[in-house]
Amino acid sequence: MFGKLTLEAIPYHEPIIMGAVAMMVLGGAALFAGITFFRLWGPLWSKWLTSVDHKNIGIMYIILALVMLLRGFADAVMMRTQQAMASTGAAGPLPPEHFDQIFTAHGVIMIFFMAMPFMVGLMNIVVPLQIGARDVAFPYLNNLSFWLTAAGALLINISLAVGEFARTGWLAYPPLSELQYSPGVGVDYYLWALQISGVGTLLAGVNMITTILKMRAPGMTLMRMPIFTWTTLCSNMLIVAAFPILTATLAMLSLDRYLGMHFFTNDGGGNAMMYVNLIWAWGHPEVYILVLPAFGIFSEVISTFSSKKLFGYTSMVYATVCITVLSFIVWLHHFFTMGAGANVNAFFGISTMIISIPTGAKIFNWLFTMYRGRVQFTVPVLWTLGFMVTFVIGGMTGVLMAVPAADFVLHNSLFLIAHFHNVIIGGVLFGYLAGFTYWFPKAFGFKLNETLGKVSFWCWLVGFYLAFMPLYALGLMGMTRRMNHVDNVVWHNYLLVAALGAAVIACGIGAFVLQILVSVLNRKSLRDLTGDPWNGRTLEWATSSPPAFYNFAVDPVVTSRDAFWEQKQTTGAGLQPLPAYGKIHMPHNTGTGVILGGFIAVLGFALIWHIWWLSVAAFAAAVAVGIGHTFNENRDYYVPSETVAETEGKYFKQLTSQV
Amino acid sequence: MAAAPFLSGCDMALLDPAGPIGAEEKSIIILATCLMLIVVVPVIAMIFLFAWRYRASNKAATFKPDWDHSSKIELAVWGIPCVIIAVLAYVTWVSSHTLEPSRELVADKKAVEVEVVSMDWKWLFIYPELNIASVNELAFPAGTPVHFKLTSATVMNSFFIPRLGSQIYTMPGMETKLSLLADAAGDFDGLSANYSGGGFSDMHFVAHAMTDDAFAQWVEKARAGEGKLTMAKYRDLAKPSEKDPVSYYAEVEPTLYHDILNKCSDGSTCMDAAVSLAMAKEVAGGDLQLCNPAKPRG
Repeated sequence: MFGKLTLEAIPYHEPIIMGAVAMMVLGGAALFAGITFFRLWGPLWSKWLTSVDHKNIGIMYIILALVMLLRGFADAVMMRTQQAMASTGAAGPLPPEHFDQIFTAHGVIMIFFMAMPFMVGLMNIVVPLQIGARDVAFPYLNNLSFWLTAAGALLINISLAVGEFARTGWLAYPPLSELQYSPGVGVDYYLWALQISGVGTLLAGVNMITTILKMRAPGMTLMRMPIFTWTTLCSNMLIVAAFPILTATLAMLSLDRYLGMHFFTNDGGGNAMMYVNLIWAWGHPEVYILVLPAFGIFSEVISTFSSKKLFGYTSMVYATVCITVLSFIVWLHHFFTMGAGANVNAFFGISTMIISIPTGAKIFNWLFTMYRGRVQFTVPVLWTLGFMVTFVIGGMTGVLMAVPAADFVLHNSLFLIAHFHNVIIGGVLFGYLAGFTYWFPKAFGFKLNETLGKVSFWCWLVGFYLAFMPLYALGLMGMTRRMNHVDNVVWHNYLLVAALGAAVIACGIGAFVLQILVSVLNRKSLRDLTGDPWNGRTLEWATSSPPAFYNFAVDPVVTSRDAFWEQKQTTGAGLQPLPAYGKIHMPHNTGTGVILGGFIAVLGFALIWHIWWLSVAAFAAAVAVGIGHTFNENRDYYVPSETVAETEGKYFKQLTSQV
Repeated sequence: MAAAPFLSGCDMALLDPAGPIGAEEKSIIILATCLMLIVVVPVIAMIFLFAWRYRASNKAATFKPDWDHSSKIELAVWGIPCVIIAVLAYVTWVSSHTLEPSRELVADKKAVEVEVVSMDWKWLFIYPELNIASVNELAFPAGTPVHFKLTSATVMNSFFIPRLGSQIYTMPGMETKLSLLADAAGDFDGLSANYSGGGFSDMHFVAHAMTDDAFAQWVEKARAGEGKLTMAKYRDLAKPSEKDPVSYYAEVEPTLYHDILNKCSDGSTCMDAAVSLAMAKEVAGGDLQLCNPAKPRG
């Protein structure tokens, strides 16, 4: 009846897990009670869960990302605690079977359910506004993409309470991830969570490419697009090219596990090396999928807050495109130690270091944007400066490991761990947090508290160096990754410093959460009435904050780069009221995405636990809902011109009342 | 004294190599780092300099809000990294070939052959020429090249002795090769550098580089060990276990390593045999087409 699922699947005997589960359940119950008490279910459903407005979907993506950041960081704290406590011969609080799940979950969560939704969220909020569009190309698909991502995240969180998560490392190399060596449901949770959210990501990629290529405002040629839009375009092209590889690879592993096939098994002609190649043929582009949009954010931030045009726009675009193409021919540098031979290793090593050339050009372009500018040290600029210093160090260690002969001793060591956290925290996360602070007033209509933002930044920066510089040293000492326990008093001291670093980062996260709470409480005094709080340069600042649901009452016409800046230079002001407005064509909200996402989550759960009848039922239901949606012809409507005039009138009244 | 636990140079295994492979890898790490510092140091300095010099409150600094292009600067920021990467690419090409793990080291003394099998969760070392084997302890004469052939009985691992240099993956059904040399006698930590499941953290061993006499004594000690490592004993040993003590085998089933590599230590058809059979059938024009198992190398 319930497949492999029995009551024993719940780890009652693990106090740490049960504590975490209890917190999740209590938090969820409190949230449920709060929503019910304040009678918010109706508005939540109609304004948010079913919304096809790209801004609302973007906000939901980012909320998901921040929740998962807390979960992933909790895993990080446990790892640092375990290694600090278990490095002088003691066992430490976490036995291997638990520790191994934690490092796997940490990687999976941070990449797939923190960084990816954060990135897609920022793109969703910003890109349509930057290109002067009213929504994305496929609004319903956008909503569905979000719910598929959320379904994947839900499965990961369920794995904490019911069953177990994979103990394989975040890329689940076979043969360890095959049924023979991982008979439990952990790897199945991994597979289905990633498959479901991966489809969501792929759909989001298709959506975003179409939006950028087909929906730009009149006059916005490709070489007039803001750099964030450019990096989004390249990043999504990588998504569309790379995610099918991930889907196919995980599908083959699933066939091995579910139907006894032999793609990657030890027996029957399987070959695990193929999996390692395929997963990195997705995995390396994935790194650039994450970091390119961050580069775009830094470009916007540094130009805006230097009150200056971005230096070398054209070379920035070409650098981005170079990185996009090169990212597909470097994957083998993740396993030089597989014995592929000198020519192959040298080719991939050299192609990897070539990527540092366009990346370096970008760094210089940001530098020369500050040069002869007026740099304001706002929170987004601090993140950008922190990024630049940190990222060149991470880039340097990356190029070092691209030399196969150096990688032979550095591979899989804590030096590697330090390197990729150096670029992912210092590059990706700093970028997203810069973007979060920069565009927060656009999304919510009020700025974030500056002081707490600075506290958060400094804690993150100092915490990062404390946590990861010791790991570089430990790598040089020969400490390898994923160790549950060691017995080495020298390493122990370095691990203590790293644990202290994690504690400082925890303060940074605390300050960040506090910053949001304090800003919400003081939202009146932080209010952004103009819609242009930073004296911005691109079109998203040419709307009210938050923008009307239709974004632009009239399609903006673009005549140059930095369209809004030019408009302000020529007219001396931002938006001007018009005597009359036309009606606006907009999509209806739909509940299909959230319902479909729910059925797919049930399908995933049923497949994980081999509950076949439920799998069939959930799949049939999902297909029925999907087909049913195609019969819904009431998908769009016109906003009457009076409503537009009224909304715009309110905004202009607000503008003049402020002066 | 307070700083002593952090600063002891000898603890940096990779910067204190004990053999030629490790020494060359160390010098490549240093060379590559220095090459990159040529760009990295000025960049970091410029970040601080520009940010401070052009801070908004410094009204004395030049302000050119529309300046956004300079061919000279573009040429420099693309050109200089290109030159550095070209040098590094040359170093990479050459060192990838000289330090290719399978390239056999040559020295005056004849190399020692060792067959390495990673198991759940221990290391088996077979000395085919000496017909002995050991678990979780490796010994070889100093100043003598050691040629390793490696495979795995279960999942992937990585064979790594940090102070001697290069690591290499061990993979089931496949053979990798590695050649190392220790300059002088000494005891070096060895480990698995690729996560392989629950017992992974205890999958370490000591590699003893010994004088020729000491090694000869070690071989005698092994010959006094637990008798012959037969197929039956191997299957016993292959059961998952953690923190296994060091043990020695006086004699080894001659086909043991071959059978592990070809996935037939359990008595099933060996992969190489299956391939030969399939090829023979093809040559003979037989209708039967066997699927082609992973091609064994070795």
